[in-house]
Amino acid sequence: MSVVDTFTRPGEAKGEIPFSERGPASIESVAGFGFWLFLLSDVVMFSALFAAYAVLSNHTAGGPDGAKLFDRGFVLLETMCLLLSSFTCGLMALAIERKSAPATYLWAAVTFALGAAFLGLEISEFLRMIGEGASPTRSAFLSAFFTLVGTHGLHVTLGLFWLLAMMAQVATLGFLPIVVRRLLCFTLFWHALDIVWVGVFTIVYLGGLA
Amino acid sequence: MLGKLTWDAIPFDQPIPLFASAIVILVVIGTVAFVTLKGWVPYLWREWITSVDHKRLGSMYFLLGLVMLVRGFIDALMMRSQLALAAGDSHGYLPPEHYDQIFSAHGTIMIFFVAMPMVIGLMNFAVPLQLGVRDVAFPVLNSVSFWLTASGVLLVNISLVVGEFAKTGWVAYPPLSELAYSPGVGVDYYLWGLQISGVGTLLTGINFTTTILKLRAPGMGYGRMPVFCWTALASNLLIVAAFPILTATFAMLLLDRYLGFHFFTNDAGGNAMMYVNLFWAWGHPEVYILVLPAFGVFSEVVATFSGKSLFGYRSMVAATLGICVLSFMVWLHHFFTMGANADVNAFFGVLSMVIAVPTGVKVFNWIFTMYGGKLRFNSPLLWSLGFICTFVIGGMTGVLLAIPPADFVLHNSLFLVAHFHNVIIGGVVFGMMAGYTYWFPKAFGFVLDERLGKASFWCWLIGFYLAFMPLYALGLMGATRRMEHYNETQWQPLMIVAFIGALVILTGILCTILQLVVSIRGREARRDRTGDPWDGRTLEWSIASPPPPWNFSELPHVEGTDAYWGMKQAGRRAEAQPRFTPIHLPRNSSVGIAIAFFASFGGFAMVWHIWWLAIVGLIGVTVSALVHGWIIDREFEVPIEEIVAFERQRLLERP
Repeated sequence: MSVVDTFTRPGEAKGEIPFSERGPASIESVAGFGFWLFLLSDVVMFSALFAAYAVLSNHTAGGPDGAKLFDRGFVLLETMCLLLSSFTCGLMALAIERKSAPATYLWAAVTFALGAAFLGLEISEFLRMIGEGASPTRSAFLSAFFTLVGTHGLHVTLGLFWLLAMMAQVATLGFLPIVVRRLLCFTLFWHALDIVWVGVFTIVYLGGLA
Repeated sequence: MLGKLTWDAIPFDQPIPLFASAIVILVVIGTVAFVTLKGWVPYLWREWITSVDHKRLGSMYFLLGLVMLVRGFIDALMMRSQLALAAGDSHGYLPPEHYDQIFSAHGTIMIFFVAMPMVIGLMNFAVPLQLGVRDVAFPVLNSVSFWLTASGVLLVNISLVVGEFAKTGWVAYPPLSELAYSPGVGVDYYLWGLQISGVGTLLTGINFTTTILKLRAPGMGYGRMPVFCWTALASNLLIVAAFPILTATFAMLLLDRYLGFHFFTNDAGGNAMMYVNLFWAWGHPEVYILVLPAFGVFSEVVATFSGKSLFGYRSMVAATLGICVLSFMVWLHHFFTMGANADVNAFFGVLSMVIAVPTGVKVFNWIFTMYGGKLRFNSPLLWSLGFICTFVIGGMTGVLLAIPPADFVLHNSLFLVAHFHNVIIGGVVFGMMAGYTYWFPKAFGFVLDERLGKASFWCWLIGFYLAFMPLYALGLMGATRRMEHYNETQWQPLMIVAFIGALVILTGILCTILQLVVSIRGREARRDRTGDPWDGRTLEWSIASPPPPWNFSELPHVEGTDAYWGMKQAGRRAEAQPRFTPIHLPRNSSVGIAIAFFASFGGFAMVWHIWWLAIVGLIGVTVSALVHGWIIDREFEVPIEEIVAFERQRLLERP
């Protein structure tokens, strides 16, 4: 059961009855679709924060700007952690498909560790900047930077807690359909955070260093 | 220990708020005591509070909206009476700082806690029934949405008793809403109340978009969906796309106020106009989130009471989706005076006028539906006719305001106030009242009193024109909005007429309340056993009133638009032996009320900077969600015998 199969109903490709007239969809399809909508709404929220950042990125109020604050190598390391965690999250999805609990735990643990490493790096970057006097109260640019990047970090944090809860669910409930559905929603969430991060990396860090 | 909360928060020195708070507290305590003494708590808990049935939740949403309508309307009466008095040397009875709270609360409550709950309530009740399915996509989430909305309502109303409400207008523009200029807790009540209820609204949007796109009876393709479902789809798509912008914007303002950030401040590079842009990037779609479902109600009502199928179904759907897209392209017309260059203003002015085109298509469709029809002038149709006349006037003054040079003159005047009340009352309120009288018999099994319903309509209609036509004139004479006193005494006669109009609307609201009481007391006499009191056209009229918890004993098969009308025309199918199967229904859930309970404490704690309580609230919400996550046994089976018994009883009672 791959992600694609989960959201496709049996017989869908045959197409005798028009797709839209076949009656209520399966719970897998409904749950997945609802979660996709949630992710879209989340992306809209991020887009508002991106817009705010774009408006305020030059409003440094005499304070430090991105070129002075950002460290390209450091951010690359952060990015690698997150992208790699997405890969291991994919491996976890394959383990879930095989209903293999040990492999699921293993890849969940690796994903968790990489996510936590990303978060640790981000927090240390924040602390360094605040230590240099570049706190979010310094300028509108820094307010927007900390809010945009911090909101992504908050999502990663929530994702880590969610992953822990899901592992507890696997341990106590096993691979019930409802648990599998939630795990697949988690993987969607985790990949979506990657996509947002690609936007952050490009617009905030590469844009700031350009 | 209690943050900023001290005894000073209770308005002992202000008689009006103190008196109002005392009455509210007495009513709440009285209601709770009455319900407890009557022994109704277990019933309420079982059948309503923990219910995940979309019909129950829809009724609760609508009731919430009606109750808050009374609250919001008292604010309106206070404003109109103040302005009827406060001319020249007289300063009326409301001090400015109190008046500022009243207009802010009026706008906030009417948009977020009257219009939104009513619209969402009607969608909750009618959409699954019209789609021919047994529930929404996520029934428990639906309950969470409702209770989060109620939590927001609670916070905003607590501000009446403890502390103060925002004095910034319902839009809370910075820099006025920044800590430097609004140091009190009013703006915080506003922000936290709307953030909490906003989460509920977003979840509703996701839930209903999924429901409409994924759960429909067999045979119901997109081209056969009732127009109300189409408008509900458009409205919920807009919720999903627009509410996250509001959440982000309010989060930025909260960061400014709580942690000293500089998004919208005057200093350190903040940009207050960015708030205004972001606010209306949500705010203009919000207008259509409210009015599109109202358009859907009118489409159902006009077709039903004309005895004809809707004229121009496809153009109606296209117009709905056209408005849905265009609504994101006009936000700047709320602040042409920002100082954008002429090209930008012209672009947004033209696009604002363009929205009138699909709206005009709709108006002609309703008129052509009635043309040649056998009209029955029940109150739902009266509301619809009142809407068509009134809304067209409001739409035309809107096109006037869409011309940037005209807007520079009329901006922030009472002309603008008259315009948006013209479209919101004429569109949304009339639509909600039409939907309420139309679907009430379906929800409760008896029809509402027609005489009082019609009296309510005429009071609202006449009262509206008396109250708001003078405001157009006053606006052209230079009267601005949000003023609590004016020196131009020649404005006073028109202000008095507007106050009388408000009193006439008050009579209309009282008629609606009386109608409910009279109808409930005489419900046995007005019982509808057919399930189809209006000779309806869509699937909800094919089942019993009130519908059983499972809605459809057998999922209907849809053959075309106006599915039930088609079934009636074809005659009931010969094989009278339907094939019932056991039905799975979701179990009740207390997670909604639990999350909202902790969210209310959390929100209150954040308003007053009681950090430990805020953490308790957050933990409470998390634990509630986790506990719910481990409840696996979520459905129960309705046995065939129960379904058969229900249908047999219905056949026996059918006239």
